Amino acid sequence: MAHASSEDIRKHVKVYFAVFAALAFLTVLTVAVSYLHLPLPKAILVALVVASIKGALVATFFMHLSSEKKIIYAILLLTVFFFAVLLLIPVLS
Amino acid sequence: MSAEIRYISKPHPVSGLTNSKLGIWCFLASEVMLFGGLFSAYILLRTSAVEWPQGASRLNVPLATLNTLILIISSVTMVMSWASLAMKEFGKYRKYMGATVLLGFLFLVVKSFEYGHKFSHHHFPSTDMFYALYFTLTGLHGLHVIGGIIVNLYFLFPGSALWHKDPEQFTGRIEAAGLYWHFVDLVWIFLFPVLYLL
Amino acid sequence: MSSHAHDHDSSHSHKLPFWRKYIFSLDHKVIGVQYTVTSLVFLLLGFSLMMMMRWQLAYPGKPMPLIGNLFGDALMVGGIMLPEFYNQLGAMHGTIMIFLGVVPLAVGGFGNYVLPLQIGAPDMAFPKLNMMSYWSYFVGGVVMLSSFFVSGGSAQSGWTSYPPLSDIATSGQTVWLFGMVFLITSSLLGSVNFIVTTIQLRADGLSFWRLPFFVWAQFVTSFLLLLAFPPLEAAAVLQLMDRVAGTSFFLPSGLVVGGKILEASGGGNPVLWQHLFWFLAHPEVYVLILPAMGIVAEVLACNTRKPLYGYKAMVYSSIFLGFMSFIVWAHHMYLVGMSTTMSGFFQITTMIISIPSVVILTALLLSLWGASIRFNTPNLFAMAFLPMFGIGGLTGLPLGLAASDIHLHDTYYVIGHFHYVVAPGTIFALFAGIYHWFPKVTGRKMSEILGKIHFFFSFIFINGVFMPMFIQGLAGVSRRLYDPTQYAHALPTQPLNIVMSVSAWLLGLAQIPFIFNFFGSLFFGKKTGDNPWKATTLEWATPTPPPHGNFATPPVVYRGPYEYSVPGQKNDFWPQHMSGDN
Repeated sequence: MAHASSEDIRKHVKVYFAVFAALAFLTVLTVAVSYLHLPLPKAILVALVVASIKGALVATFFMHLSSEKKIIYAILLLTVFFFAVLLLIPVLS
Repeated sequence: MSAEIRYISKPHPVSGLTNSKLGIWCFLASEVMLFGGLFSAYILLRTSAVEWPQGASRLNVPLATLNTLILIISSVTMVMSWASLAMKEFGKYRKYMGATVLLGFLFLVVKSFEYGHKFSHHHFPSTDMFYALYFTLTGLHGLHVIGGIIVNLYFLFPGSALWHKDPEQFTGRIEAAGLYWHFVDLVWIFLFPVLYLL
Repeated sequence: MSSHAHDHDSSHSHKLPFWRKYIFSLDHKVIGVQYTVTSLVFLLLGFSLMMMMRWQLAYPGKPMPLIGNLFGDALMVGGIMLPEFYNQLGAMHGTIMIFLGVVPLAVGGFGNYVLPLQIGAPDMAFPKLNMMSYWSYFVGGVVMLSSFFVSGGSAQSGWTSYPPLSDIATSGQTVWLFGMVFLITSSLLGSVNFIVTTIQLRADGLSFWRLPFFVWAQFVTSFLLLLAFPPLEAAAVLQLMDRVAGTSFFLPSGLVVGGKILEASGGGNPVLWQHLFWFLAHPEVYVLILPAMGIVAEVLACNTRKPLYGYKAMVYSSIFLGFMSFIVWAHHMYLVGMSTTMSGFFQITTMIISIPSVVILTALLLSLWGASIRFNTPNLFAMAFLPMFGIGGLTGLPLGLAASDIHLHDTYYVIGHFHYVVAPGTIFALFAGIYHWFPKVTGRKMSEILGKIHFFFSFIFINGVFMPMFIQGLAGVSRRLYDPTQYAHALPTQPLNIVMSVSAWLLGLAQIPFIFNFFGSLFFGKKTGDNPWKATTLEWATPTPPPHGNFATPPVVYRGPYEYSVPGQKNDFWPQHMSGDN
């Protein structure tokens, strides 16, 4: 990314502001939904789906994961796998 | 006599990465596991609890929503400070980086109001498991914010001298600092619904 | 990240003041030596704690001769060890040996010194981070030691610090947790550095399949440290909150302590600690063993004058080992009452993970086949590693199966098992490494006579310490007993405790030739050239001792790491950096 031309960067900047708008919208959305007092399973589903979308937006665009090198994907894949293993702990108990 | 360490400012031809970028991603991988352990603990303790209060009944949702927006905006200014450097506009970098630092402080100020309010109502980590998790998770996240502010302050003032010596390396450092800052934002994006909304 | 590698002043190393060159040094070799010396001191200290425990086990209730009266009444009354002090010694022996001794020596010491040399790099990728990593370790060690002097003494809940006991223990436990935070930070910084260095700074021509096995072992180890330590850090934060801020993460409701219900909000889960702890501590076993295997591979290949048998299989096995080590942790916890499905899962993964260990061990053993073996000190230690680690590994199988583990859990059998892996296993490999690389670090060889005395006596006595533990354990004697004579079922094996204790003290004596050898050879050892063992890997291509920046010109690599006795070549070793025939 560091070697993109200034022209490319200018395009990125537009994307950053679009992502910001999406993040702000999703934040308001998830708070609004919480005031509906959905039953807990549904509330968890909505909250986590919205949070995952927001997280994915940050990771993809702000952290440039949309175009990253293979090694970094490999390390993250490994991390995600072991993260999932960590979440086995509540299941085990 | 001594050979230089390679790939500090130019990427490695095979991996395509600079040392600092690979390093920061490894560090973030370990951070994922740190918060993974804590989230795992949260799920276990919550699911085994007899009853669990809804976050909004105990915590100030509007204030936390404000804080969420503050962090998101700071993420935007952070990425813009990197983009400014990539476009060789150092003056703009300073403005955006300054804004990021200020927004970080603002987040902490709001957070301390929240904490102060809780303490004044005699709600402490020792009160019950909900507050224990709330204070521990937000406290650890707060420490990460403080760490980020220190790094950003360094790059705003003394560290920025590098720009004039090796702009490429400096841009790489800001990218690494940015990756960390976005990660802190990302953790909050999950903490916010988990603690406040559910 | 401090990718800022070379200050202007550090490239003129000869002008640096003493404290920059030897104390707060950025040079990986100085840092490696700092790690080595510090961790050897800690190993000796941890060993001394154990020698004191062995007195209590062999002669319970009798005053300790010579040193018994040196301790205050809070620890020993009239030279007789108090139970609290025994518990402190036990907890700190484990903590010091693992976190302050073996891992810093294997990873911080050997990794730091040898890895950059073997990949042909001028230094680690982040020298400042490297320095911080060492000093974080050092501070962590000092914090740990300081816990002996707080009121109530040091941590005494075992090196595993299981709650609820650890949550309500005396304040030494809080100090232990702070110490751990420093040590974990040190490991994290170090592992990031190793990963980046290995990926980025390999010499031209040094592809991954040309890396010495030692580098592979360190590389896999770094990933284990990077991803397994943070959950323990999370657990340490939670336990710290329990102890300092009064939370109840690990305290269940209605816990009765000393006949009274504990005043705490409750609702916590002590098993959560065990999960988070073993999520680290099982990979930690491979952090202890992989670098040792790496050292043994280097020493064996060089001293058998032939290529390692099955190098690729060993590399794949070590990667697989690292991966699997993350999904076996609950085999330490069969007794907490998990479902049979889950225990079945962990029994299967545990059996699977033994396969790559056996592959590596078998490959190392077969490397001896048909070789012209040099019986020098480093190779004796390396060869002794094979059967010793074999015993350690094979005795682990009954512990990995729930049915037999229910009988053996928390007995001396477990102690015997993991000590065979770590003490005559890993520590022997570390000794092999010290004897092997000493000439590169100092330009002088260690004495062979003293080395062989050290080896043979250590070998005999270390088996005298640990072999009887299997018998005791099968007889059902629990670990962590202050006075085994209080238990009827432990009495028949009590004479073995005397055998083990005497062996332990003699083992201590057997280290004296090593200490003399180590310091004496610095001044009186036989001077050597750059490549005294006629080895092939890159660390022997540097001047001796290597200067700042290591290589006079950046090396280029033309072949794999173990080109020994290649047919048609004049010499029986063909260095990696040699461009043509030799």
